[in-house]
Formats: sequence, C-alpha cells, structure tokens
Amino acid sequence: MIEHPVYLLLLTLLAVTALAMVRLRNTLAVIMLSGIYSLLVAGLFVMMDAVDVAFTEAAVGAGISTVLMVATLALTTRESRIPTHRPLLPLAVVMLTGGALIWGTLDMPHYGDPEAPVHQHVGIRYLNSYDEIGVPNVVTSVLASYRGFDTLGETAVVFTAAVGVLIILRGWQRRRRRRQAVRERT
Amino acid sequence: MALGLYSYWVVIVLMMAGFYIVIASSNLIKKIAGLNIFQGSVFIFYISLGKVEDGTAPILASGYESYSNPLPHVLILTAIVVGVATTALAVALVARIHDAYGTIEEDDIHGQDESL
Repeated sequence: MIEHPVYLLLLTLLAVTALAMVRLRNTLAVIMLSGIYSLLVAGLFVMMDAVDVAFTEAAVGAGISTVLMVATLALTTRESRIPTHRPLLPLAVVMLTGGALIWGTLDMPHYGDPEAPVHQHVGIRYLNSYDEIGVPNVVTSVLASYRGFDTLGETAVVFTAAVGVLIILRGWQRRRRRRQAVRERT
Repeated sequence: MALGLYSYWVVIVLMMAGFYIVIASSNLIKKIAGLNIFQGSVFIFYISLGKVEDGTAPILASGYESYSNPLPHVLILTAIVVGVATTALAVALVARIHDAYGTIEEDDIHGQDESL
C-alpha cells in the first residue's frame, strides 16, 4: 500500500498545525508553530522520496525563516490585537476558493500513479543522465547542469533580496539614536 | 480509492488556512507566517506529483529500477531558497514599518495614514 500510516499522520498533523495558527493571537506562538510546520513538511518530503528537498526545507525553512521572524519580533512588538471587523467576508472567499479547488482535484491522477502525465516526458530523460553527467544524484545533475541557468537566476534573486534588506534597514542605528536624543531633551 | 487524493485535499486545506490568515489577520508578522503556510502547501503539491509507487529517491544505484521524478524536486529546491529570500525582505519591511509608525497592526497604520 502506498499510503503509509506515517504519511497520513504527517498530513493530518500539518492540517492541525495550520488551523492552530489561524486561531492563535500570540505572535511568538504563531512563529514557533510555523517552525514546526516547516519541520513536518520536511518529514513529509522524506516520505515522498524528495530527500534533497527535505534537508533544504529543514535547514532553510525551519531554521533560517524561524530565526528571521523571531529577530523581527525582538525589533518590533509581541502584542497582537483582537481584530475589530468580523471575518465573514474572508471566510466566504476562502470557502468558495477551497471548494472550487477540491472540485478541480477530482479527476487528477492519484498519489504515486506511475501512469501520470508528469512521469511521461522529461523526467525519464533525466533518470538516464548518468552517462552524460556522471553524478549518481539526479537532482544534483539537473540542478547544476541541465537547469544551471535556473540556479544562476536563483542566486541573482537571493543577491537582490540581500541588497534590498540592507537598503531598507540602512540608517537604523542613526534614527534610533536621534529619537533617543529627542526624548532626552523633552 | 479516496485516499489517492488525500494529499491534494490536505494541500488545499493548508493553502486556504494560509490565505485566510493573509486576508483576515491584521498583524503583519502573522500575515507573513500565513504566506509561509501557503508557500509550503504549494511545495507539498509539487513533490506529491513527483512520487512514483514503489519508487525510491532519485539517486542512481544498482539494484533499483524505479525512481521518483526528480524534476519537481529541483523546481522546489529553487523555490525554497527564493522563498526565504522574500521572507527576509518582508520581515525587513515590517521592522521598517514599526520604526516609522510604532505599530505592526494594519488597522492602526491605516488609521494613522487617514488622520494625516
């Protein structure tokens, strides 16, 4: 049977975690649950044979993301207010979209189906790449060779984001000191 | 039979939970966490499409015939890294907004803009 109990358990735990994040108001608790969510996703990736993706998600998604968000919490505030407007409209939008998406899955190929269209084209070509590239890990040979320009573009995106963060946070200390000076004068 | 679609349904529940947080919550940090949930659900969707029954991880070795499809893995590997880059940019913007407005509640920021 392809639907291993661990796989079903991880999926169910993911749904529970996400719904708990919807309900919670404490921002620190939301961030912690978001780290747990990433770790569960990483576990699920191992069940789905995506080992490279699993350790990237565990290191980057559960690790760096959580650290970044906790750091933001330290720079800002931990309080989260009770919303003043009623959530009826968002709830209706979400229900409608979710219903349409579920209707859309009904004729999709089942999980693990070897006849699914996704397995009929370029995937087979990549699995016979050993003579061309000489790396047993197919994910590595696709990432670094067949789709090398894609990876180059990815580094460009990460570089742009780093420059953006530096520009946004520039002059942080100076502004803070100036505000402190104003407060001391009054 | 119904279990064959279970992963898609959980993906949709996660996606809608993230979507709801983004549009209904007023706290900016919580909105970013919602965006991360949404993102994670798309990752699960892609990876679940790549799974082949009785297949193994796509690392070529003697004794194994059937492997899962490596292409979704490569795409999502790129997406995870780009996702963290955008999260970093988003939290930097939140920190800057808190610096300028003294709050990270969307309603308060909007109220301050109105009263100008």
